Amino acid sequence: MNPPAPMSAPVGAPVVEVTDLAKHFPVHRGVLRREVARVRAVDGVSLSILPGETLCLVGESGCGKSTVGRLILRLMQPTGGRIVLGGVDVTTLGEAAMRPHRRHAQMVFQDPYASLNPRLPAGTIVGEPLENYSDISAAARTEKVAALLERVGLSAQAMGRYAFEFSGGQRQRLGIARALALDPGLIVADEAVSALDVSVQAQVLNLLMDLQEERGIAYLFISHDLGVVEHIGHRIAVMYLGQIVELADKATIFDRPLHPYTEALIAAAPVADPRARRERLVLEGDIPSPMNPPTGCRFHTRCPIAVARCQTEVPVLREAAPGHVVSCHLRP
Amino acid sequence: MSGALRFVRRNPTIAVGALMLLAVALAAVFAPLIAGDPLLLVPIDRLLPPSAAHLLGTDHLGRDVFARAVYGARISLIVGLSVAVVSIAIGLAIGLAAGYWRRFDAVVMRFMDGLMAIPSILLAIALVSLNRASVGIVIVAITIPEVPRIVRLVRSVVLTVREMPYIEAAVSGGSPARKIILRHILPSTIAPLIVQGTYITASAILVEAGLSFLGAGVPPEIPTWGNMIAGSRLYVGRAPWTIFAPGVLLALVILAVNLLGDGLRDRLDVRLARRM
Repeated sequence: MNPPAPMSAPVGAPVVEVTDLAKHFPVHRGVLRREVARVRAVDGVSLSILPGETLCLVGESGCGKSTVGRLILRLMQPTGGRIVLGGVDVTTLGEAAMRPHRRHAQMVFQDPYASLNPRLPAGTIVGEPLENYSDISAAARTEKVAALLERVGLSAQAMGRYAFEFSGGQRQRLGIARALALDPGLIVADEAVSALDVSVQAQVLNLLMDLQEERGIAYLFISHDLGVVEHIGHRIAVMYLGQIVELADKATIFDRPLHPYTEALIAAAPVADPRARRERLVLEGDIPSPMNPPTGCRFHTRCPIAVARCQTEVPVLREAAPGHVVSCHLRP
Repeated sequence: MSGALRFVRRNPTIAVGALMLLAVALAAVFAPLIAGDPLLLVPIDRLLPPSAAHLLGTDHLGRDVFARAVYGARISLIVGLSVAVVSIAIGLAIGLAAGYWRRFDAVVMRFMDGLMAIPSILLAIALVSLNRASVGIVIVAITIPEVPRIVRLVRSVVLTVREMPYIEAAVSGGSPARKIILRHILPSTIAPLIVQGTYITASAILVEAGLSFLGAGVPPEIPTWGNMIAGSRLYVGRAPWTIFAPGVLLALVILAVNLLGDGLRDRLDVRLARRM
């Protein structure tokens, strides 16, 4: 699928290209620890991200969006599919063989508290990736860490302080500085602002966007907050039960969504205008278990427009318009 | 000075335990300076009550009980500390590896479960009867059953810490396993190990005393609290000091070690609220 030209018009070869990615977690029961079932956390996800582009991955809790991020960074071993990172197929690389490629993709974590080692000073945390990939002297590294800290809006003096001495927003800036240290082409931001106050969220988002403009970084921005996604995204992929159900550029997703699940997500997002009238579209029931996903279209159990065909026939992702793919029998 | 006073007031158990241990340790180290010959037999002076010449009296062979008790402290402390240090060193290495590499874990932990089933007294009796009795053998015998306890403790810490996002961050930052274990995981094991170390010291001292009492411990010519109690048990009615001296010392040292351990646990387990 060819991504449409987003606003900032990223160009070049994709920083990451994922085909048919799958992650199944086996469920073991009983004395013999036999595998009785599989949780299909990610089940056939394909996407690609261009340099300087932000692809947002949205969906309910448990839909597998974080797993996609971790698979791309090879923090987990995929069950199936292909991951091409910076032009190299890294899908099956072992721990040691993967290490040289890790510098191309870094991560910013959701929890700014748990993602920084409480026993280490900030300078060591931010400088650790540099130790692993460059032979620069300790003095040069300190200088580089100072520059990174200043770039993310902290002072160089912060280097000697411990994580607990910072606020949540400052901690997230430290996490961003660490992710920037290796000058990666891709940063996976897993709910990177959802643990922060709204005012701090905006600052961190703006920092991420400034960095993108400055360095041409691509983001895989994983979020459940459509307001944030609308602010930062170029393209948006909507995930449901381990699969992408719709992917298009931001304007299309928000203005002309095709998939009923996308419609429901957008309708559920709060609007800042108290007089705004919106169509109420409330999904019934919970997200089904990925251990035993519904037959046919996975969304049919909660879909307001489902017909008999949806229960039996699996829809495929089709191109509804250039750069706009959707998996629904009835739309468009 | 006020800082030290405040520490004592806030942590009385640590202070009391550490002071008691320090006193015993100093006496043990400087034994030749403060006590006479523990092996000197003066049969004519046997079973003398405490006096200026013999602070704690003499035993049934006329040996000075004070000197023997002071020299006996050496064995107790050497065995207690060696067992703690050696079992922590071995258990830490195995526990870190087992917690980090799941395959290794599955094999090693079953082996550790097996080791835990061996009572240290029986193992010591077996080892001592197979070899010549020595302090080294006693230390080995007590260490072996302690190792699995340390392994379990360290492994449980590793299993908790390895799920932290900062470990994932280190992995994606390209840090090799060695660096992740040493920099990000090892420090979290230190506090529980210090606490566990004190309990191991106490239990090793007790086991060593028990072994010496049974005659299965260190060679009988070396004075230990255990063999002092064993040798004097027939004379407890006529000369109770011969048994009280080592018995009370043993109880006090165990108490001191446990006080220290409890105090350290309370102080170190308050998770990172304030840095030490």
